[in-house]
Amino acid sequence: MPRITFISHDGEVHEVEVEVGRSVMNAAIDNLVPGIDADCGGECACATCHVYVDDAWVEKVGTPDEAEDAMLDLNPERTSSSRLSCQIRITDALDGFRARVPEFQM
Amino acid sequence: MAAVSTHLEYDQDYRGAEFGYPRYSKDDLEPYIDPFDLPLEALNPASPSLFFRNLHWKHFKRLREEAPLHYTAESMHGPYWSLTRYADVKAVDMDHKTFSSYPAITVAEPEDDLPLPMFIAMDQPAHGPQRRAVSPVVGPRNLAALEPIIRERAGAILDSLPVGETFNWVEKVSIEQTTQMLATLFDFPFEDRHKLTRWSDVTTGSPESGVVESREGRRLELIECREYFDRLWQQRIGNLEGNDLISLLANDANTQDMPPDQFLGNLVLLIVGGNDTTRNSLSASVVALNQFPDQFDKLRANPSLIGNMVSEVIRWQTPLAHMRRRALRDVEMHGKTIREGDKVVMWYVSGNRDSEVFENADEFDIERANARSHVSFGFGIHRCMGNRVGEMQLRIVWEEFLKRFSDVEVVGEVERVFSDFVHGYKTLPVRLRARSPVKVQ
Repeated sequence: MPRITFISHDGEVHEVEVEVGRSVMNAAIDNLVPGIDADCGGECACATCHVYVDDAWVEKVGTPDEAEDAMLDLNPERTSSSRLSCQIRITDALDGFRARVPEFQM
Repeated sequence: MAAVSTHLEYDQDYRGAEFGYPRYSKDDLEPYIDPFDLPLEALNPASPSLFFRNLHWKHFKRLREEAPLHYTAESMHGPYWSLTRYADVKAVDMDHKTFSSYPAITVAEPEDDLPLPMFIAMDQPAHGPQRRAVSPVVGPRNLAALEPIIRERAGAILDSLPVGETFNWVEKVSIEQTTQMLATLFDFPFEDRHKLTRWSDVTTGSPESGVVESREGRRLELIECREYFDRLWQQRIGNLEGNDLISLLANDANTQDMPPDQFLGNLVLLIVGGNDTTRNSLSASVVALNQFPDQFDKLRANPSLIGNMVSEVIRWQTPLAHMRRRALRDVEMHGKTIREGDKVVMWYVSGNRDSEVFENADEFDIERANARSHVSFGFGIHRCMGNRVGEMQLRIVWEEFLKRFSDVEVVGEVERVFSDFVHGYKTLPVRLRARSPVKVQ
């Protein structure tokens, strides 16, 4: 199973295993990684699973679609590496994926 | 002709139309008939008289069960569709390309004598840039800075309460807390802050609710609001350092040249959004903890449940009962057709009581695992902007409350707001009990 890493705002590192086909958000929630709220359950409807994707992985996970882009736009702290983690599907190619979790979700 | 219209094609004559339906008021309530004794098509949940008496729940129960998409042909607001199940409310809320927020987000038609254009009632592309102009004030960084201020004020408000005497929690806690917060967000003259409370009430009020004497009176008060804020605006032009809502609006390229009606519209949006909602959730927390005393015991025993309790209060109360949309094309749902131009009401207050999503949905359960999934903040691009500042106020008030008091008991009759939109309380007589004088750190 691919392993992915979350880094909390205070530097704490959470490395978790996740099944292919699940989302990065699922991986965080299933493993009780703090800082991801996912209020809407993973439907790109609330933007509370925001992460900053590690630079090395930004291209590999692709760009947000229109709906995700509109939701990310609600956050004044969006950067070019911002993604909603519910919209990133785990594949074998994402083994080693890293993302930072913001201090607060909007 | 194309099925999709833009908001520019909205029929302006439709605004403020009178629908020939009786305008009941607080002193002349609409007669109540048990919704299960009515033919389904006669159900009309958009009635302030129902909410005022807390008699709306059965209407929504029947609609969820028997008519998840329901058409009311006649009401004081004209014809409208109701969506009452969680999944449908969420789906329509997210589909902003099919369901427009223009020209208004409540079932009531906009007043033709004082239009209040505001970004919540705009579609893309107009909506995004205006929202972005003001959202930093409730963004994560600013929130962290606000937390100690909120805590200090909440403490001062609670310390000023008369222990052992009956007082109105709405006035002394809910309004005081949220108005002080709002004054801070606007950097509004603190001594005049009660004007904000008044303007918030006036915006959502009507002659029928008793808040204002007449429509003309309401109009004049809102113009006074605009003039007051105009002075603050003039002083803050060029204040690029200011992180208050006025400075942000006055100095953002997307909002600095707003016409006066749009200025007023966005102001009242921020005033109501930052006031009524948290106010009524704060009051609701007391009502709920009194109605479910076992939950109060649980909370006292384990204050770390406050965070989840806050979400549960917001679900259980649903401080804004609905949001309204307008179909931009014909839509099939549940075997019926919503026609282009039809008014669609998403009943948040009902979605939050949908037993498909929330087990024992009518119960207040501070350990509810999916309390955060409530629809009170909406879903999609119009999702509540100040949700975190609202949650933070509720959390801090309860953290500070439990340090000081052991109980707040509802000791008299609760008076509710006469509105089918603002779902809340006007009067909540309570009495406090101090903690036993054991030194606790």
